[in-house]
Amino acid sequence: MTAAGGADRAPSAALRTAALEQLLVERGLVDPRMVDAFIANYETNVGPLNGAKVVARAWTDPDYRRRLLAEGTAAIKELGFGGSQGEHIVVVENTPATHNVVVCTLCSCYPWPVLGLPPSWYKDPAYRARMVREPRTVLAEMGLELGDDVQITVRDSTSEVRWLVLPERPAGTEHLSEEELVPLITRDAMVGVAKVAAP
Amino acid sequence: MDGIADLGGTSGWGPVSPPRADEPVFPEPWQGRATALTILAIRLSGRNIDAFRYAQDRLDRAAYLDQGYFGRWLNAAELMLVDGAVLAPGELDARARDLRDGHFEQPGEPARPDPSAPAWPAAPGSLRTVDAAPAFAVGQWVRTKNSSPPGPTRLPGYVRGQVGVVEVVQPAAVFPDTNAQFQGENPQYVYSVRFDSHELWGEHGDSFAVTVELFENYLEAGS
Repeated sequence: MTAAGGADRAPSAALRTAALEQLLVERGLVDPRMVDAFIANYETNVGPLNGAKVVARAWTDPDYRRRLLAEGTAAIKELGFGGSQGEHIVVVENTPATHNVVVCTLCSCYPWPVLGLPPSWYKDPAYRARMVREPRTVLAEMGLELGDDVQITVRDSTSEVRWLVLPERPAGTEHLSEEELVPLITRDAMVGVAKVAAP
Repeated sequence: MDGIADLGGTSGWGPVSPPRADEPVFPEPWQGRATALTILAIRLSGRNIDAFRYAQDRLDRAAYLDQGYFGRWLNAAELMLVDGAVLAPGELDARARDLRDGHFEQPGEPARPDPSAPAWPAAPGSLRTVDAAPAFAVGQWVRTKNSSPPGPTRLPGYVRGQVGVVEVVQPAAVFPDTNAQFQGENPQYVYSVRFDSHELWGEHGDSFAVTVELFENYLEAGS
C-alpha cells in the first residue's frame, strides 16, 4: 500500500468529525442545527469583549471593583455573563508589585463566559508545561518582561474554579470613560501574559 | 493515573507560541464542529466533563498531540462515547473510511447498556453544598498525597508529596476521580494551595509561587 493516498491511510480529523456528526445524528443525540448554533455563539457572542466590559467597569467603579474581587462570579453575573466553564470565577488583581498569570497544566480550562474559547497559545503543550516551572522566561518569550522585584503567582486551574486577571489600568487613561476603556483591554492581559497599553 | 495530559513541569516542548490578536476561534471548520459535537455529546449521552477529561488522559501520544487541541478533543470524545456504548469500537473510523472510500464494512450499533445497572445521571454543574466544615483553613500548611491512583485524578504530578499553604477555601464540588467513572459525586471542598517554586523545583531557577486547586481527598495536614 502506498504511503500517501491508499485505503490504509488513516482518515483525516475533518473526515472523522463528519463521521462523528453523522453517527450522533443517526442515534438521535444531536441535531446539526445545535452544532451550528454552538459555533455561531462562540464565534460571535462569547469572547474577550465580555471580560473587557467587566474590567472597564472595575476600573471606573470602585464599589464594583470591590465586589468583583470579593465575589467574582456574582459581580460578573451583574453584567449578564456566566454559565458553562464559569460556574465559579475568582478575580485576582495585577499591580506593579504582584503579577498573576493563569494556566491549566492538565487540560486547557479557561473562563469561557468572560474570555470565550481559549486561544492556541494557551492550549499549546509548551505553555502548559513551562508556565509552572519558568514563568518569567515564558512571559518574556510572549513579550512581557517583568522585573526581578515583581512577585509572580501562577494560577494552575486544575478544578472547576476559573481565574480572571484584573489588569492594571495604564497611566494616562484617567480621562477615558468606561466605554472608551473597553477596546484597550485584551484577552492576553486578562490571562496575565500581557499588560494593557495606553492608546 | 500518570496520563499524557499531565504536562506541568515537563521538558522538551520548545518555545511557546506568541499570541496573535486576529486568531480565528476555529481556524478550520471541522474544529468548530468537533468542539460543538463533543460538548453536546457529553450532555446528551449522559457522560460528564470528568469522564471526558479522563478520556483525554488515556489517549496515546499521537492521539493527544498530532492534531493539536481539537484533534485531542475529537479522539477523547470518541473514547468517551465508546466507554458509554454510544459508539462501537472502531465505528468512527469505519464510518470515516466509508465517507472517503465508499463501501467500508461497518460494525453495528453497540448493545445498549443494561438499563437496570446503577447510573449517576449528571446533575447540572459541578458545585455542591456539603454539611461538613472544611477540613483545612486558610493559612494552614498541607501536604499533598504522593500517589497516583490507577484511575482518574486531578492531582498533578508536579505537586505530589509537596507542602504548601491554603490560600483560598473554594466551594465544594463534585470529585472528578469518582465522577469520571460514574462511581458517585463525593462532593468535597476544593482548596487553592500555594506552593513555593523552590520547594517544587529546587534552589535554582525562578522565584515565584504556584497555586493549584486541590480536592480535600488529595490533602493531609502538613508542616
